[in-house]
Amino acid sequence: MSDKVSLPAPREAAPDGARGEPLLVAEGLTKHFPITGGFPVKRRIGAVQAVDGLDLTVRAGESFGLVGESGCGKSTTGRLLTRLLEPTAGRIVYRGRDITHAGRRELAPFRAEIQMIFQDPYASLNPRHTVGKIVSGPMEINGIDPPGGREARVRELLETVGLSPEHYNRFPHEFSGGQRQRIGVARALALEPKLIVADEPVSALDVSIQAQVVNLLRDVQRELGIAFVFIAHDLAVVRHFSQRVAVMYLGKIVEVGDRDDIYRRPRHPYTHALLSAVPEAADLMDTPAGGDGSARASRERIRLAGDVPSPIRPPSGCRFRTRCWKAREECATEEPPLLRAEGSGPGHLSACHFPEPPTVERTTEVILDPALRAAEGHTESQPPNHAQ
Amino acid sequence: MWRRFRRDRSGVLSAYVVAFFFTVAIAAPLISKFYGKSPTTTYGLNEQGLLNEYGYPVAPNGGVSGRFWFGIEPTLGRDVLTQLVFGIRTSLLIAVAATVLCVLTGVVVGVTAGYLGGRTDYFLGRFIDLLLAFPSQLSFIAFTPVVYSLFVSPEKETPTYLRVLTLILVLWVLGWMGLARLLRGQVLSLREREFIEAAKVTGASPWRIITKELLPNLWTPILVQSTLMLPSFVTIEAGLSFIGVGILEPTPDWGRMFANGAQYYESDITYIFFPGLAMIIFVVAFNLLGDSVRDAFDPRTKR
Repeated sequence: MSDKVSLPAPREAAPDGARGEPLLVAEGLTKHFPITGGFPVKRRIGAVQAVDGLDLTVRAGESFGLVGESGCGKSTTGRLLTRLLEPTAGRIVYRGRDITHAGRRELAPFRAEIQMIFQDPYASLNPRHTVGKIVSGPMEINGIDPPGGREARVRELLETVGLSPEHYNRFPHEFSGGQRQRIGVARALALEPKLIVADEPVSALDVSIQAQVVNLLRDVQRELGIAFVFIAHDLAVVRHFSQRVAVMYLGKIVEVGDRDDIYRRPRHPYTHALLSAVPEAADLMDTPAGGDGSARASRERIRLAGDVPSPIRPPSGCRFRTRCWKAREECATEEPPLLRAEGSGPGHLSACHFPEPPTVERTTEVILDPALRAAEGHTESQPPNHAQ
Repeated sequence: MWRRFRRDRSGVLSAYVVAFFFTVAIAAPLISKFYGKSPTTTYGLNEQGLLNEYGYPVAPNGGVSGRFWFGIEPTLGRDVLTQLVFGIRTSLLIAVAATVLCVLTGVVVGVTAGYLGGRTDYFLGRFIDLLLAFPSQLSFIAFTPVVYSLFVSPEKETPTYLRVLTLILVLWVLGWMGLARLLRGQVLSLREREFIEAAKVTGASPWRIITKELLPNLWTPILVQSTLMLPSFVTIEAGLSFIGVGILEPTPDWGRMFANGAQYYESDITYIFFPGLAMIIFVVAFNLLGDSVRDAFDPRTKR
């Protein structure tokens, strides 16, 4: 059973030369949202440390997954990378240029190259604009006149994302959630970007539609060689989509590495806990208790005690220590750096003083939901076809 | 959008009615010329047999006849039709000018406050509060003579054009806050929507975001507010003329015709009937037109 579910080895997304080249580098990226209060004079009484000292590198053409539970700063990270938010500290370097505090005019040349796909397909399209206007808007702003005119290009893009070119003059409210998200993808593609930050692009959609949109994004990523930062809380979707995965907890990356390293040989206790929380197909099926007792026994589900601490006053040292079963005194005093733990594969970094031994290999698979799996089988059996 | 509007029958009909009123207002001198009467000539006093000893029209229905189509005015015996036509001209001029100014100011202030937020929003908000604190009717009465005296010394006669300008000014200064408040709130909620972020990600300038992304979503409140504003300005202006701080005799004024008509309606209902009917038709048509234009702007309404 698990063999069928397991995914094929990650394929190279882009030509080898392009892959290693870092496209976007974030160093010590920090965003604190001030909390003001007091009367009559308002003053700053604290800060929500949404993102606190984050390092990540996105290479050209790769798909980089960012997972974590809600409130851990994933979306803030996405908005920092696209410079919708101003970082409190740290550096963002895009293709060798520091764009951390670049103004709108300085950013203009890069705007076309870094695009974003949004979470809510109902809020991300202007209800008063036609599809044609929405998709051609980015070209208009950046003064791009494709050969054959903008309208022809928009129709072509609509076809690329699996919509009909006849939808040009329709309004967003005439479409379903999945179709709206496709329009959002078309808008992001309009500028032929090199990097797309997808902020939970499928979490607002039905499961069956999720699979379609994820597959669309994957095809786009592979065929056009666009690098993706794929933000999601659904481990299965990220596994399906990303070659490299970073796990976030309370504004920090706790573990980052190749997909198989993270999903099969995680070192950080939090990653273990996260993976063990993924529901298994066997659990979902209503089988009699005796039948799969052994399968259940083999799964050690890690139950984390308590809640995620408040990002206003995060714990000292390791932020995960309050819920970690391995925490010791050292964890409270010293913050573990994001390093390659002994025995980890290359590029597999984890921030833990006492990482799990590398010999512990997770055998249970992160089960894709059936619809995603079905779509998977479909695309595997025949080459991806854009015109569909 | 234009096609959607044309499909709306009541909208097209009311557009014609409103256009008719504006044409009448603009063409008032022409109408009076072809009709052969002047709004200021006191026919009842100049000719015997038109008004009785109490000053009421002799002919039935307020003196409606082939010569005076809408009858004549009690006491002075002026022609009601030309009075009405010229009165519409005065009132519409003032109301339209005040509405346009109020809408422009309201949009600019409201959108600025909502979009920029922070300190700008705070100070604009307090300024709006300050102006809203004035009881408007009372302030109109109190301020209009003050503004007159700013331009002309109290001993001299105030020219009519200055009275018109002053009325527009007073209506404008105390009329734009409601719309600004409303739009500020709308912008605050729209500003956080993802399609604004999507525009920012593609490098859109604030000006483009305001005009291309926000404004199309604000047409509904703007149109609803302005279609309510215009008829209300006509009535406010009427009220001011009635009290005597607005347009004075002998300049014809729509609003003052009601004021005068209210004195005579027990004996001469016809005198108030025609201006009233015209006002009802105008206000209803104007509101219907506003509704249709709003629907035409909103792609979500079913047709």
